[in-house]
Amino acid sequence: MIGQPASKIKKLPMNKQLGQALLYQMMLIRRFEEKSAEMYTKEKIRGFLHLYIGEEAVATGVMHALKPEDNVLCTYREHGQALARGVDPGAIMAEMYGKQEGCSRGRGGSMHLFDVSKKFFGGNAIVGSHLPLAVGLALADKKMERKQITCCFFGEGAAAEGEFHEAMNLASLWEVPVLFVCENNQYAMGTALRYSHANIDLEKKAPGYGISSATVDGMDLLAVMKAAQDASKQVRKTGKPFFLVCNTYRFRAHSMFDAELYREKSEVEDWKKRDPIAQFVKYLKKHELLSDKEMKIMAQRIEEEVQKAVDFAEAGTWEPFEDLLKFVYSENS
Amino acid sequence: MNDNGTIITLTYREAIKQAIRDALNRDEKVFLMGEDVGRYGGAFAVSKGLLKEFGPDRIMDVPLSESGFVGAGIGAALGGMRPIVEIMTVNFSLLAFDQIANNAATLLHMSGGQLNVPVVIRMNSGTGRQLAAQHSHSWEPLFAHIPGLKVLSVGTHEDARAMLLTALTDPDPVIIFEYTSMLNIEQEISSEVQPVDIRRAKVRKEGQDISIITYGPGVYKTLEAATELSEAGIDAEVLDLRVLRPLDEKTIMASVAKTHRALIVEEAWQSVSISSEVSARITEKCFYELDAPVQRLCGIEVPMPYPKHLEDASIPQKDQIVAIVKKILQHEGV
Repeated sequence: MIGQPASKIKKLPMNKQLGQALLYQMMLIRRFEEKSAEMYTKEKIRGFLHLYIGEEAVATGVMHALKPEDNVLCTYREHGQALARGVDPGAIMAEMYGKQEGCSRGRGGSMHLFDVSKKFFGGNAIVGSHLPLAVGLALADKKMERKQITCCFFGEGAAAEGEFHEAMNLASLWEVPVLFVCENNQYAMGTALRYSHANIDLEKKAPGYGISSATVDGMDLLAVMKAAQDASKQVRKTGKPFFLVCNTYRFRAHSMFDAELYREKSEVEDWKKRDPIAQFVKYLKKHELLSDKEMKIMAQRIEEEVQKAVDFAEAGTWEPFEDLLKFVYSENS
Repeated sequence: MNDNGTIITLTYREAIKQAIRDALNRDEKVFLMGEDVGRYGGAFAVSKGLLKEFGPDRIMDVPLSESGFVGAGIGAALGGMRPIVEIMTVNFSLLAFDQIANNAATLLHMSGGQLNVPVVIRMNSGTGRQLAAQHSHSWEPLFAHIPGLKVLSVGTHEDARAMLLTALTDPDPVIIFEYTSMLNIEQEISSEVQPVDIRRAKVRKEGQDISIITYGPGVYKTLEAATELSEAGIDAEVLDLRVLRPLDEKTIMASVAKTHRALIVEEAWQSVSISSEVSARITEKCFYELDAPVQRLCGIEVPMPYPKHLEDASIPQKDQIVAIVKKILQHEGV
């Protein structure tokens, strides 16, 4: 059920530059999330805040397989995907501050990051609600004979929603190019997989709709990259959907309000032994693609980039009250 | 009436169909998607023949997945298409309410103005066919509650013929209520399509004594009542709201300021309805113009019963409109 580890998969082409860029990406996500938690405790960020720590390999690995013209849709735990897609960290932090320099002009917050220039169609905070949208975007691409694909991230909780099943059926029926990426982090908020799915082998939901599928170890960056490359290649080639399950784990609480009564500390510690960043660092060092000195410099650069994002958010401005009614209808936007 | 137009007689159904046909001919990005719109010809035969004319890519049958296909319509609109999504009847729209309320109505706002959702969602609505509690809903107030949506109600054949075409030029999501009970009604209209302004209510009959404000199936019913009232010497103005959100306050207040009396007629349940809102706004905006309290005639608050006599008793009827107007005007003989 864990999915294939990278060691069992045909070797990926890897070099120092790519390896370090990927590591940088994962470390940036983690540090950004740690800083977000800190800013939440300082009450700079309010509302719900869902951290991606532990799941970095999924966004980083999948996004690497996508092209700039592909559409990306995400859940409310989407800071990692936004960063991996290239949305500016300062614009993301400013969004969480609620400043008008944010990537959604401050109107969305943590759960609604949008950047249409990056084909990043949001953070959707109703579980399962963005899956039909993904099918529709792919349908438009098919009708307009555009070649891009649509990648839709969601959690295993969404796979229990009716909208998941409707979207899977429509995507397969209409033969539209959607890469469905199910990030199975084992808990739908606080309800474990076994309490929310009759069949916990999530991949088995795909054949019922005639959709090809795969399961991968979502803690293993190389495995995710390979699986996502294969899956996206198939979607591009066939124009049909694909269902990719990435088994992963969030190290932090569901949101900042979660006392984590539903899981044992030992379970969290066990998963931390499979930390995607630590695993990848080990891999890079083993293959002499990363030195301690390079790692140190990288960490320093990330620290600076995250601080820059915070500074940008701090320097941001509040939207004037007079603008309150903007963005309700287009003529007033 | 346009000078160039000849007068033609057509049904409400045919008027809608011709509007859809025009829309498909005008813009290649337009397509119709909905349950049984193609091979079946539309549950109410509105789209009969269009599949043969335009092919399955533009007249798309969809599975019974209201949330799925309405969401896909919204997604297709985000992707640059111009979908007309048909929900077979308003009664099934609740299954797609998440998509309409949480996505169509919010994406422009949540994205800080980056995304438009130019989707048009049509649904057959209303009462009058003995379809009982689950198939007789008037959900206009539910949708009209939501900022971000534009909500239209097709009360006349002219609007059935042209409202869709204006809706398809709008950058925002537009919900269009059509009425099953009106599909077979024949009317004379100009063969020249008259453009419909979907920002404005429309005075259907001018009058001096009272403003009867209504929409949808209330329009013809109220016009009939107005004819009867004129025989009794009462000159009623009939105002078709036409756009239920955002409300055209200017036209409403102008009418009330002229007649100094208002009756609001609608088939939806009275509590928290369109009439509640219109009544409140009249009171807020032109209280001192009023010579009598605003009155309402609405649907009786009961799940729709099946028997014909009880169904009729559950919604406003012409005779009741006549009687209440006479009462408001303290007409002799009431």
